[in-house]
Amino acid sequence: MAELDVFDKPVALSEAWRVPKDGAVRRYFGTPANAAITLLCMIALFLIGKVAFAWLFVDAVWSGGPEACKIGEGACWPFFGDKLRFMLFGYFPYDEHWRPLSALLLFVGMCGLSMVPRMWSARLLLLWVAALVVCYLVMTGGFAGMTAVPTTKWGGLPLSFMLSFVGLTCAFPLGILLALGRTSNLPAIRVISIVFIEFMRGVPLISVLFMASVMLPLFMPGGMSVATLLRAQVAVILFAAAYVAETVRGGLQSLPSGQFEAAQAMGLHYWLMMRLVILPQAIKAMIPALVSTCINFFQDTTLVTIIGLLDFLTTVRGAMRDPNWQGIAVLEGYLFAAAVYCLFSAIMSAYSRFLERRFRAGHD
Amino acid sequence: MRARRFEAMRLIFDIRFRAWLYQVVAVLGVILTGWYLYSNVRANLQAHNIATGFDYLNRESGLLLSESVIDFQPSDTYARALVAGILNTIHVSIVSVIFATLIGTVVGVARLSKNPLLARLTMLYVEALRNAPLLLQLFLWHAVIISVLPGPRDAVELLPSVFISNSGLVIPSLQWEAGHRWMLFALAVGLILAWQVRKRLLAARVESGNQRLIWPHLLLLTFAPVLIAYLFFHPDFVFDIAEKGRFRITGGMQLKPEFTVLAFGLSTTASAFIAEIVRAGIMTIRKGQSEAAFALGLTRGQTMRLVILPQAVRVIIPPLTNTYLSLVKNSSLAIAIGFPDVVMVTNSTINMTGQGIEGIALLMLIYLSLSITISLFMNWYNAHVALKER
Repeated sequence: MAELDVFDKPVALSEAWRVPKDGAVRRYFGTPANAAITLLCMIALFLIGKVAFAWLFVDAVWSGGPEACKIGEGACWPFFGDKLRFMLFGYFPYDEHWRPLSALLLFVGMCGLSMVPRMWSARLLLLWVAALVVCYLVMTGGFAGMTAVPTTKWGGLPLSFMLSFVGLTCAFPLGILLALGRTSNLPAIRVISIVFIEFMRGVPLISVLFMASVMLPLFMPGGMSVATLLRAQVAVILFAAAYVAETVRGGLQSLPSGQFEAAQAMGLHYWLMMRLVILPQAIKAMIPALVSTCINFFQDTTLVTIIGLLDFLTTVRGAMRDPNWQGIAVLEGYLFAAAVYCLFSAIMSAYSRFLERRFRAGHD
Repeated sequence: MRARRFEAMRLIFDIRFRAWLYQVVAVLGVILTGWYLYSNVRANLQAHNIATGFDYLNRESGLLLSESVIDFQPSDTYARALVAGILNTIHVSIVSVIFATLIGTVVGVARLSKNPLLARLTMLYVEALRNAPLLLQLFLWHAVIISVLPGPRDAVELLPSVFISNSGLVIPSLQWEAGHRWMLFALAVGLILAWQVRKRLLAARVESGNQRLIWPHLLLLTFAPVLIAYLFFHPDFVFDIAEKGRFRITGGMQLKPEFTVLAFGLSTTASAFIAEIVRAGIMTIRKGQSEAAFALGLTRGQTMRLVILPQAVRVIIPPLTNTYLSLVKNSSLAIAIGFPDVVMVTNSTINMTGQGIEGIALLMLIYLSLSITISLFMNWYNAHVALKER
């Protein structure tokens, strides 16, 4: 469009002192409207920045207790010194916080390791199984001098990670099976898959969690009780599977039918065709969508608070409701939780962009 | 012996036999699981002496709803409470869908701005809202309203006579008369008339090739019925404007903090998703389309309106439908901040009557019907704007 402008108007005298094209100045102040937008944005940024800076640093309370914060105008940093461990680990026995911490570190370390494409192998999978078993044992305890901690005392960041990660890991194979079922040409299997997927996608996660907490005990044979944590985990898995299935189905449908025909012409039967030819391409095509599904479920684990589990958001709220700090560090707590969620989501989406680039580079 | 084994092998490798086998196994599995769960439920219900059935719906509820679209008293039945909850859900969803679409479209276009500062700022808005859990946002805004904002006495005046305080949002409202209703009706009639006439005039323009303006006719057709209705009924336009009192704000339309927070949180979060959808939709339209339009002599505005947007809408509608669906489902988070939507009513009902299975079954049925209604409507609209290949 910029080229067209040249022919539109005759060159006037005022053109002589026009700023050079494509310079930074032109992009910010090229036209009067543009200049106005830039100015408005700068004013908004300045005002927000001023308020935030004053609240975070200038007026902030750096030492003292709840009393100092009650008087102070700005952010209350001592709150974190006092309650950070509770926010991260919930009601886990205070002296044993090293256990959830080491489980968390092991988990994050494994995630970091798995993000490196060179590490992808069958051995990594075994390592993951081992790491998860170690995490579980360290959290449960009951041996080697560690006291047994029931799952009702688990909470905070480790619980949020566990719910979302284990949920997604189990939801993936189930979701792929459902997607294959939905695109299958066997009518009975197709109908079962469609009914399950559409049902799960039609209702909110809260109602599935309610079902898990209210109805699941009735579905179990008499006297058998299931921990709330496990019930929530099952609900998250079933719910996530439906969304994963729809994403994978999108990938399956994006493949040209020639891929299926060629695989069949090679003599591959259904499962080999899917495993070697179709699914690798379908999943590669859907990486951005799958990662955003993951981010959504990481955020959706916050809903388990409604059936009484202590995920990270709940323990942060618990810290804010501590009798000493009641009503003092409201904004601090929520903004801290928001920062943590944003951080992990941002890491995941950055990783998704990296994977996309990598795979695209392989194709060109 | 060997021949029989061969027969059996042939059967196993027969693709049609396998298809049947898989399906029979799957159906049997579903039926057996269902039957197992059903028998467990029956045994458990008998053991705990829980009566089943929907009779509880006709009993007096004793529920106290903090707000309701229809009139609701604690002496009303559970059924009426459920209806009130459904209407609350629909109310907050409609308000949020409208605001989310408006904000989302503006932000989506702003993200494509050539001004780098504006593009970055709107990107920040989108990323922040998409990366923080909705529940956290609702808690945060609720806390801001309840514990940061001042009381009604020192309410903040956001816009002229729009007040926000820890008891909610107050906006001016029109005092309704019968005449206003007739004017609205006349507006609807005018819009339908104008739409039909526009179709005819456009067809005539294509036929004859003349360039006579169409919009003055449409403007006249739309607003003439409204004017006639106004002259006929002569309703007064009296606005109920809020005033700060000593203890509370009187007058105007008072929105409870819970409704305000829920509508605000739902619209801003959904607006971030809609912004991305709008941006992606506009970006899919190839540059050649606008270049061709310029070559034909269309102005920038005409290009946007006649060439780019109609094509972008086709790409935008399916993901937009999903965003609307998730907005309606996300309104179920109302329970966390105490807005009496259908989930909260169901939860209270289950707690008071112990009818868990019935309550949750009804809840899921309601959401499924809402989802299906929205999907059907959007599919109809999508078919309407879809590429018609001739």
